[in-house]
Amino acid sequence: MATATITTESGSGGHSPGRNYLNESSGILSWVFTLDHKRIGLMYLVGVMSAFLLGGTFALALRTELLTPGPTTGMTHDMYNQMFTLHGAVMTFLFIIPGIPAALGNFVLPIMLGAKDVAFPRMNLMSFYLWMGGALFFVLTLFLGGLDTGWTFYTPYSIDTNTSVVSAVLGAFVLGFSSIFTGLNFIVTIHTLRPPGMTWFKMPLFLWSLYATAIIQILATPVLGITLLLLFAERTMGIGIFDPKLGGDPVLFQHFFWFYSHPAVYIMILPGMGIVSELISVFSRKAIFGYRFIAFSSLAIALLGFLVWGHHMFTSGESKMAAIVFSGITFSIAIPSAIKVFNWLATMYKGSISLATPMCFAQSFIVLFSIGGLTGLFLSTLSTDVHLHDTYFVVSHFHYVMVGSTLTAFLGGLFYWWPKITGKMYNDIQGQIAALIIFVGFNLAFFPQFIMGSRGMPRRYYNYLPEFQTYHQLSTYGSYVLGAGLFLALWVLVQSLLRGKPAPMNPWGGNSLEWHTSSPPPLANFEHTPEATDPYDYHANKYDPAVGGYVPIPKAQKTVDPYGGIE
Amino acid sequence: MSTLAPAALPADGHDHGHDHAHGHSPFLAHHFENHEQQFDSGKLGMWLFLITEILFFSGLFTAYAVYRANHPEIFTYGHMFLNPTMGAINTVVLLFSSLTMAWAVRCAQLGQKQGLVILLAITWLCALTFLVVKYFEYSHKFHLGIYPAKYFVYGEDPHGELKATGNAAASHASDPHADPVDHAHADAKPAGDSHAKGEHAAGGHGDEGLPTRAELPKDIGIYFSIYYCLTGLHGIHIVGGMIAIGWIFWRSLRGDFGPEYFGPVDFVGLYWHLVDLIWIYLFPLLYLIH
Repeated sequence: MATATITTESGSGGHSPGRNYLNESSGILSWVFTLDHKRIGLMYLVGVMSAFLLGGTFALALRTELLTPGPTTGMTHDMYNQMFTLHGAVMTFLFIIPGIPAALGNFVLPIMLGAKDVAFPRMNLMSFYLWMGGALFFVLTLFLGGLDTGWTFYTPYSIDTNTSVVSAVLGAFVLGFSSIFTGLNFIVTIHTLRPPGMTWFKMPLFLWSLYATAIIQILATPVLGITLLLLFAERTMGIGIFDPKLGGDPVLFQHFFWFYSHPAVYIMILPGMGIVSELISVFSRKAIFGYRFIAFSSLAIALLGFLVWGHHMFTSGESKMAAIVFSGITFSIAIPSAIKVFNWLATMYKGSISLATPMCFAQSFIVLFSIGGLTGLFLSTLSTDVHLHDTYFVVSHFHYVMVGSTLTAFLGGLFYWWPKITGKMYNDIQGQIAALIIFVGFNLAFFPQFIMGSRGMPRRYYNYLPEFQTYHQLSTYGSYVLGAGLFLALWVLVQSLLRGKPAPMNPWGGNSLEWHTSSPPPLANFEHTPEATDPYDYHANKYDPAVGGYVPIPKAQKTVDPYGGIE
Repeated sequence: MSTLAPAALPADGHDHGHDHAHGHSPFLAHHFENHEQQFDSGKLGMWLFLITEILFFSGLFTAYAVYRANHPEIFTYGHMFLNPTMGAINTVVLLFSSLTMAWAVRCAQLGQKQGLVILLAITWLCALTFLVVKYFEYSHKFHLGIYPAKYFVYGEDPHGELKATGNAAASHASDPHADPVDHAHADAKPAGDSHAKGEHAAGGHGDEGLPTRAELPKDIGIYFSIYYCLTGLHGIHIVGGMIAIGWIFWRSLRGDFGPEYFGPVDFVGLYWHLVDLIWIYLFPLLYLIH
């Protein structure tokens, strides 16, 4: 299928060391029609980061508006509503959900697996263009009068509002297809394209987490698709299924919506957990503790995630019995999550920890995810949730999980694989400083929100009582610090592109297969079909100062692993 | 698959980076080792896609179940407006097309080009027949003023509770009523008309034996919303299937398929069986059970 394009792109031999996927062919068309997963991953990377910039700009504007009660910046109530809606929708649908799987996952999944490409390269490209289409619909929404429903499109308001629900809904619908195709591609790739020797339990944990994520994408996203299609039909044809004026049931929409959107939060966090599993192990130079537990806990989270949507609706008048059951199942998600956190801590225990930039982000992840996860317990408890529902406590909770955790994991993964993707090293000290500023800024921005939320500050309000002003100010200043940290991180990466040192094959000493090929990888990922080995064996490579990275130890020189028995 | 010929594999089909596209069958993508691996990938991908399709419809089936549980009366009356004969004809047509599709896959596996071409053509024509029958069903309903909930104007009573929405609907619903029709009394009239002709707006007349507007439960329109959503989405899938069948029909004319390479026929076949299967559920749920 992919033969035609690939052949033309690879006419000259891929064996010469200077050839890689970036310089194998040139010109804009070689990118637009590329079927190479690495280039598609890169295009996704640029796309999701642009979306992040857009959503982040909205966020800073919103925080500035909230610096004082009442009007601060001249933004009107309507503009405020539209801005927080698009902030949520853009960040959720365009950045956090596709961020790790579609951008980083697309790049590294086949390489880590030892495959030449994903199973369906053309579908992969189509998935990217669907993403672009969805993004354009959201931009179109901006020009068609915005959207003020909140990213959840709750009925009946989304039926009545005059803003451009239809274009936003179509955008999210198209993005859903993009997400489904990515997930489908990953599952098939993992099932059928593993080279000889790559058994399921030799797969790096990032692939397990992408596999679990893909299951959610396939099982949950179609339900969002039909829900959005029904909402579209509701607006255009008045089908009345969600419209109480016609005898419809608006709460049904919430059920449908959260049946997707709760599992979707695991689409956001699971790949992040996979990245952190890699980072913690590599930068502790110690085999991951409890490999199978981490692998299976990803699957457990994916499956349990489907049974808890009702906890978003404790205050929507669902039956007390249903609420109790949903509350109970929600607690159970803490078990696989805690398994992961404890395994990461156990991996670091007595490890030889180096705080390189990716590891700094991984450490941030553990702290932020723990705070985000533990505050989830307040919200899964019926009695406290009724008090905290739709307050800033909820806002803070899901920002800790979705932004604090997923964003730091995304950045950690980006800095980890950056030398592999671009073939350039970056300034590690500046990267560490950026990671620290992001950590501090994030906590300053969102921790006060827990406090004001528990004291009754409702979410989504344009105005507030003066007693909340201190918290809002702290939060706003924190968001500026966070933004500065993110720009510093971007600056580090741009500097690396401009004048970074060439990256060695294996700068961090990892042993998963992406470190067994050159940086950047050749067009078909490997010069020779790789041999699958234990991805967490840190005695296979040793640091070589002449190369500036790790090189394999010849088999005869291998010594006995002093910690080999621990795993 | 036992039907795949391993002899087709080039001996040097691996290990050469990316210059191995030469010497391969033209239908073997560069990143697969052999046809069997490519077929298995495609098959798994297709099954996963079908799972997403089932979940896609599941939202509508859930809406059906919820409304059936909460408002059984709208289903009792709603199904009276559907024509089980036409539904049955369509069921037979689709079942027959599933047979011809499965047979076409077998022909592709055996390399029988002529049989493949003919069977795909029959399958495509069955799909077209289905849509034609559906067209008659839909246009009859539009003619009676049976639209989704907000625009439902069947036997409209301007003095009744649906007045407001009925007026709003009249402009939207006017096209099908432009022609002279036998059941003018079932027509929606613009707001101005309803006062002048109020005497025949009581909904006392319907199609032969159909309930009058007054007899129908208040939210009956939602039944037809569910009906149009389910059958409409299914119809879109039929159209998609026709495009897919047309594509492999064209490729089979070109002679692409044979014992070594028949994956696309098989995958489109699977999709077509799913579309049939969904109809097998829609027919009794909408047309038959009371």
